[in-house]
Amino acid sequence: MDGTSMSRGLLRVLTCGSVDDGKSTLIGRLLYDSQLIMEDTLAAIARDSRKHGTLGEEVDLALLVDGLEAERQQGITIDVAYRFFTTPRRSFIVADCPGHEQYTRNMATGASNSELAIILVDARKGLLTQTRRHSYICSLLGIRHVVLAVNKIDLVHFDQQVFDRIVGEYATFAAGLGFHSMVPIPTSGRFGDNVTRRSGNTPWYRGPTLLEHLESVEVEEDLARIPFRFPVQWVNRPNQDFRGFSGTVASGAVALGESVVVAGSGVTSHVARILGPDGDQERATAGEAVTLCLADEVDVARGDVLAPVSDRPAVADQFAAHLLWMDEEPMLPGRQYLMRIGNAWTTASVTAIKHRVDVSTLDHQSATRLALNEIGLCNLATATRVAMDPYAQNRLTGAFILVDRFTNRTAGCGMIAFPLRRATNIHHEHFLVDKAARAAALGQKPMVLWFTGLSGSGKSTVAKLVEQALHQSGRHTYSLDGDNLRHGLNRDLGFTDQDRVENIRRVGEVAKLMVDAGLIVLCSFISPFRAERQMVREMLAEGEFIEIFVDTPIEVCMRRDVKGLYAKAMRGEIANFTGVSSPYEPPEAAELVLDGAGPSAEALAQQVLALVDRRQSAG
Amino acid sequence: MLSQQKTAVLSPHLRRLEAEAISILRETVASFRNPVLLYSIGKDSSVVLHLALKAFAPGRLPFPLLHIATGWDFREMLEFRDRRAAEIGARLIVHTNPDGLARGINPITHGSQVHMSVMGTEALKQALDMHGFDAAIGGARRDEEKARAKERVFSHRAPGHVWEPRGQRPELWGLYNTRIGPGETMRVFPLSNWTEFDVWDYIAAERIPVVPLYFAAPRPILRRGGALIMRDDERMPLEPGEQPETMWVRFRTMGDWPLTGAHESRAQTIEQVLEELRLSRVSERHGRLIDNDQEASMERKKREGYF
Repeated sequence: MDGTSMSRGLLRVLTCGSVDDGKSTLIGRLLYDSQLIMEDTLAAIARDSRKHGTLGEEVDLALLVDGLEAERQQGITIDVAYRFFTTPRRSFIVADCPGHEQYTRNMATGASNSELAIILVDARKGLLTQTRRHSYICSLLGIRHVVLAVNKIDLVHFDQQVFDRIVGEYATFAAGLGFHSMVPIPTSGRFGDNVTRRSGNTPWYRGPTLLEHLESVEVEEDLARIPFRFPVQWVNRPNQDFRGFSGTVASGAVALGESVVVAGSGVTSHVARILGPDGDQERATAGEAVTLCLADEVDVARGDVLAPVSDRPAVADQFAAHLLWMDEEPMLPGRQYLMRIGNAWTTASVTAIKHRVDVSTLDHQSATRLALNEIGLCNLATATRVAMDPYAQNRLTGAFILVDRFTNRTAGCGMIAFPLRRATNIHHEHFLVDKAARAAALGQKPMVLWFTGLSGSGKSTVAKLVEQALHQSGRHTYSLDGDNLRHGLNRDLGFTDQDRVENIRRVGEVAKLMVDAGLIVLCSFISPFRAERQMVREMLAEGEFIEIFVDTPIEVCMRRDVKGLYAKAMRGEIANFTGVSSPYEPPEAAELVLDGAGPSAEALAQQVLALVDRRQSAG
Repeated sequence: MLSQQKTAVLSPHLRRLEAEAISILRETVASFRNPVLLYSIGKDSSVVLHLALKAFAPGRLPFPLLHIATGWDFREMLEFRDRRAAEIGARLIVHTNPDGLARGINPITHGSQVHMSVMGTEALKQALDMHGFDAAIGGARRDEEKARAKERVFSHRAPGHVWEPRGQRPELWGLYNTRIGPGETMRVFPLSNWTEFDVWDYIAAERIPVVPLYFAAPRPILRRGGALIMRDDERMPLEPGEQPETMWVRFRTMGDWPLTGAHESRAQTIEQVLEELRLSRVSERHGRLIDNDQEASMERKKREGYF
């Protein structure tokens, strides 16, 4: 790594293609021919080739990159692997990405951090759904330079016609993907043709070898030329005399004395000090990790974004974005997820799926959910207003991830298309008569008694007894259940997972209004998903949501079968029936668990009433 | 410490790696309740320590250093460790597996696998649990070994410190998902994207102190199974008629002395080390006796909770 090696800086490359296109072999070849393989590593590979390799005595170069035991045994790549190599002209980080459909999320990961993609096509097979899918993901994630490696060209006898046909098809498909450069190269990873040396087998090909192209391609790095964005990562406050805001400059530059605004609050100040890795500096540009001190005592926390006063990011709580789903559990509109944008964490939910993209044809389809690996243009709403730029303008302030609130898995990633301005025009009215005033007039604490459990568990029966008793003791109550909501407000909803989510969301909103009116609201809904019960809990103030799990074994419910529904469900006449063909997730921390198979309904109601009395008289 | 004379301006490449590592360190401190720096005293953790001092300046180091001592560390490593921790005023926690100690586990009679499993992996888990650390920062790099090439920057560990390759989270745009549930922990690798060359280049440019064993000197050497072992004390029995011979050697990685092979070298300065690396045709881990034990040994060790 001598001084001249950095003439072209670092290039981050992504490789993608289908299973068996030969990605790992091609990268292995690149490393091998660049003489970057150490002798002991090569000896180990030669030994492994005889054990796991697919080429007999020949050294299987794919074993250089297929690292995990599971992969070696199955002969496939199941995760993103990062390779590092340096030639006299450039250094490279290669993200080797899996070809299997179920690992598309890993490909998106590689693409989010890369500037150029090598898209592999098996010359024998031509373009596959995966080729189109990966190209579209590259485009969506902002990659503007691609190499189309028509690989295994040896297996089609180095036939130019095969090459030309594949290149033609690809050019047609990729025309709408916004690539600035697309360079097709006929390659053989196994034998090395046109990888690092020009092949005598393809005299008709006059372009560069793969390595020549990678060493010379210009990828415009324009992060420094777009407006300054500084997502605050950590507040550095070691003592009374120092208060600095640490973070990495996402884009643009800032200099001492320049004015900046805290995007969320609109408060302005100017930069008094810039501390870099080696102490004070006068300027900070995109990519630098620095600590900024402001001239005034302004309120700034992790997650805030500093920007130029004259060129601010949007600040919104509703926006449209392309969402790529990465979790086994599908994305349901209305369900709440944790969202990370920049250094800010908030909660977000999809309010509408405008369309799903068929990645083979790029056609738009209507959709009510996004399953693993599906991509859709969605409207999202966040719990708090956040600073953002469209992804096309800024890859770092326009990107976000969604995290499942229960498993903490990274469930989806998104690229912001545009903020929705209407979010800023709806202001919450503040009435003089508020919840406390109304509750005081009624002489009670408003709350929601949320009965959850299987169909036939006895929820409604217990709720009715509770309401009667409360009413007799002078409480103001109202009951919400499937009977009075499914036929009116929610009559457009069915029983699919996404409709169940929406059903509960509406119930929650209605219950919230009634609590605001000062009432004790009794809700009896199967409400099978933890996430939605949690959503309603969070719509309400602390202590207002009382979850009552009517825990009745399904055998008992089936035996009761008051409405004959289980019998129908077992005959397959009702789709998505909870407990039969649709899951029920029992509460993990309900305020009250009732043994629905044991005592009488009256005894259960007494348990609920005792809890309500305690809550009414507490504090 | 940071104002020491530098020999060179960092290349844009090293600047980028430095900024990325600093950002990861800050992210760890901002997101976790009780982080710790796994300080193995090798060159990589020396670089992480140096970066951490930069990341939190002008404040002090916001987390302690943890060293898992096996009882077979090179004496020079321990001296270096104590000196360095005192210099920067860091809180240093040293942990040795008391059960292993009581059972007399050692690399000579029990072999490298048992020794590393009990005195390394088990000891690490004990220390993390005992102090309730929820994030452990380490110096591992993706270029070290194939199982590492797929490692995340924020590597999730299930309760019991279990690493599940299929349970690892995708990392997009540096938007790290740092959320963990009860009993879960995170391992954090700020040097993920560095190569061995980058580390030495950076050490050279920043004049970062490293253990003298990385530089060639005359040392007492035994030849054991093709490896050059420096006999650091009397616990390694000599074969009949065997005498340590004095050879000019240096070490490319640090570890327990009976398990770490030296190589013949005259490289006495960082520049000479870099020059030697440029010409080298064997990989860094060649000198580690533990990695060659069995195929895919690193992946297996990781699953068990090894760093």
